[in-house]
Amino acid sequence: MTTLAALEGMDRLSSGDVLVAQNVAFAIMAITMVAAALRMVTTRNVVHAALYLVIVLAGVAGLFILLGAEFLGVTQVMVYIGAIVVLFLFGIMLTKGSFGEDDGVTGERRLMAGLVGLLVFGVMAAALVESFADAEISRSGPSTTADIADSIFSAYIVPFEAVSVLLLAALIGAIVVARKD
Amino acid sequence: MLLNQFLLLSAVLFSIGVYGVLARRNGVLVLMSIELILNAVNINLVAFAAFRATVGGEVFALFVIAVAAAEVGVGLAMVLLLYRSSRTIDLTTVDRLRG
Repeated sequence: MTTLAALEGMDRLSSGDVLVAQNVAFAIMAITMVAAALRMVTTRNVVHAALYLVIVLAGVAGLFILLGAEFLGVTQVMVYIGAIVVLFLFGIMLTKGSFGEDDGVTGERRLMAGLVGLLVFGVMAAALVESFADAEISRSGPSTTADIADSIFSAYIVPFEAVSVLLLAALIGAIVVARKD
Repeated sequence: MLLNQFLLLSAVLFSIGVYGVLARRNGVLVLMSIELILNAVNINLVAFAAFRATVGGEVFALFVIAVAAAEVGVGLAMVLLLYRSSRTIDLTTVDRLRG
């Protein structure tokens, strides 16, 4: 009931205390995610990389909930952390021994990749700061699962059906590709 | 909350993903970096959905999650096939089609 009351009086969300709480939560998640993502692309141990990926994905789920997209947050945890990371761990186990611990990246390759990454970030950051200098997110309340369902099964019904066919095609394709003849 | 704090975080994660795709040689790690990129895109979509107070961005984020799941399935199958045929998943050694 208290949550319902909180949802009713959502204008409290823009009041000082809640805003500070939101920003603190955002800062904690953002720092954790960036640190985990950096470790993920630099660590030599592939299993550790998969576990760092879990931290990033959990942070993204937290951001979704912070943005009021609770259905997406739960979906993120179920599909990504529940299914995709397990798939990655299986892939790592089945290809183990081919790489071992060492992923010896040459210095030049790393330097060029770092330069490209920095360039991409610089261009995007400049464009974003220019375009959305101080646009505020002033959401009146979280989006409900019913809203998303209405939207999927009316306006976005064709992409939804296309995604179903794509999943079927990917399922059959993965079986055909990985099958031992 | 500012819109830009989400967009900039998403840009940081996207760039780290690009670095991972370019710098790593392990096929599985490249696929993981692609997941990082797709997640950065999802943050953008949901942030804009919240900014414009519509639900369309969230629906598209759901589609991205579904497509990412399909992509990982097929991608890992290909990595397994590569491992079976050449006993390595080092992507720098996969240059048989190079002219």
